[in-house]
Amino acid sequence: MSGGGTAALPGAARPFLGFAARLRANGFAVSPDRTEGFLAAIGLLGPRALEDVRRAGHAMFGPGPERRAEFDALFDAHFLGRSIAAPAAADEDETEVREDRDGAADPLEPEAEEAGGAEATMAETLTARGLSGGGDEAALARFARRAPARLPRLKSRRLRRARRGAALDMRRALRRALARDGELVELPRRARASRQRRILLLLDVSGSMRAGLDARLRLAHALVQAGERVEVFTLGTRLTRITRPLALRDRGRALARAAGLVADWEGGTRIGAALEALLAVPRFAGFVRGAAVVVVSDGLERDRPEAMVAAVARLSRLAWRVDWLSPLAADPAFEPRTAALAGAAPYLDRIGDGGSTEAIVAGLLDLAEGR
Amino acid sequence: MAVRPSIAGLDGPGPLAQALRAAQYVADEGLATAAYLALALGKPLLLEGSPGVGKTEAAKAIAAVLARRVIRLQCFEGIDASAALYEWNYPRQMLAIRQAGEDYVNIYADQFLIARPLLEALRAPQSAVLLIDEVDRADHEFEAFLLEFLSDFQISIPETGSLRAAEPPVVILTSNRTRDLHEALRRRCVYHWIDYPDPALEAEIVMMRASSVARATAEAVVAAVGRLRAEPLVKPPGVAETVEWGEAATLLAAQGAAWPEAFRRAIGVALKDQDDLAYVGPRLDALIAGAAA
Repeated sequence: MSGGGTAALPGAARPFLGFAARLRANGFAVSPDRTEGFLAAIGLLGPRALEDVRRAGHAMFGPGPERRAEFDALFDAHFLGRSIAAPAAADEDETEVREDRDGAADPLEPEAEEAGGAEATMAETLTARGLSGGGDEAALARFARRAPARLPRLKSRRLRRARRGAALDMRRALRRALARDGELVELPRRARASRQRRILLLLDVSGSMRAGLDARLRLAHALVQAGERVEVFTLGTRLTRITRPLALRDRGRALARAAGLVADWEGGTRIGAALEALLAVPRFAGFVRGAAVVVVSDGLERDRPEAMVAAVARLSRLAWRVDWLSPLAADPAFEPRTAALAGAAPYLDRIGDGGSTEAIVAGLLDLAEGR
Repeated sequence: MAVRPSIAGLDGPGPLAQALRAAQYVADEGLATAAYLALALGKPLLLEGSPGVGKTEAAKAIAAVLARRVIRLQCFEGIDASAALYEWNYPRQMLAIRQAGEDYVNIYADQFLIARPLLEALRAPQSAVLLIDEVDRADHEFEAFLLEFLSDFQISIPETGSLRAAEPPVVILTSNRTRDLHEALRRRCVYHWIDYPDPALEAEIVMMRASSVARATAEAVVAAVGRLRAEPLVKPPGVAETVEWGEAATLLAAQGAAWPEAFRRAIGVALKDQDDLAYVGPRLDALIAGAAA
């Protein structure tokens, strides 16, 4: 795996090593043992045709389905000399689902890379805007302190030692009996542990929700950092999963990465279509199941309201509870009057105030109550 | 790594695909290649895909080709070492202590050890395929534990010592991708994403699994399922549902129902969610008619 090993390889291996380097340069998780496996696989397969090499690459580098096209484009560029086509523009009627590429931003291993030009600038603008907005730091700090105790919890299947519990702890019982010459004086017990319930935060990033957007993103970052199982998506003309970038501890970089991923800032509002897209991806629908879903949106739907109502109804059947926090609800006299939100109201557990960081923090911390 | 180019007489993806077909499983070239590489390189095979695309079936077929039995570890939330690895038979240990009285008794003898799937697979690496099913249902702690197990195929039992497999066993992991597996685990494995099969392949699967279904019926049911999968459904029909739908419609047709009617009445085996049925319902007739044409 060292540099010496590479030098000893026959010249024929060079294009394959070059391809591995190219993958790495494009953000694929390429480790030396994977490259080694790739070379071994090619040796095993013959290879009789270039497709064998491609399939060996699929098997050994394991690009997920969402990066398969990108992988193939790089493969064609490297081995066939084809130029990389620009990604096709999204169809207007199709609600696109975007997600961070896997491996590239694995939050468990902070990378040492420098924040490059565009990203750094983005980070600056965001922090600059954040400073001018200011004032919510205290609320965020309070949230981080209280979240572990106040976020909703559920019983896990995992058993932990407990004074009282349904299950006997046979292992401990035996050890104690051994210590007392085989005499069992008391029965140690185990009970189901509790863990935090999954929270799914859906942020509306359309034009009508422009005010306070940065504050909400900072709050989303605080939530991902404080909670154990949190998923964050943005809703606009499309659906974007920003959980991965927000898992980076450094807030400036996390927000810059999230900003780079979301392509529909301050655009139109198609909540119904975006929610449908969320439910149509089985993996994302899995996030909804049993989760506390919090939608931060004014509910001003541009499309037909029926689509949004149907999506919210389905959401409420899958989720543990669905809360809708609207900035418009900051007004005490607020009532859901738009067709979309009025239609969705019966399926919502609560329509609450989403006008300020404090209000959303309160909404999140109160999720466990009233159920 | 130890490379064995030929496993059970199969020296490439092509022969393996043929053997799988003989075991009633139709594998595309990608899957055959990944499975062959996993076997030849002695690495675990990680199969990911939507529910119902035949991941578990693939594992069983590979075991059948190798003429080995399947040791299955079904993962669930909260699975721990005592469910996956080994457990002492505590009641028997207690009894043994009582019965022995003043005499010496080794309560950590093999007779008190209950082997769970991972230990069982280590003890018989040549005669078994270890299937770790739906690994995405287990939690991160178990994934870390699995990583350790898959790197050196060694188990240490504090009371008796450690046990190492004579050779790495054949391991197949499946995941529905309800959450992302850790990169370190993926790196250990040969990876394959199983997609829904293309229509021609799926029709072939239908006819292979349900011999009563005629080719025209199989093609129509595959086309209809293809249209259903394009809809935003909570639970899109998997391959098993396609087979069952074709079978059910054939059964109803044999009892005298007209074809489109037979498909429509048997929809319950393809779509098993009230929301989905309500969503597709009004357009179902047109959808089936379009597929049969």
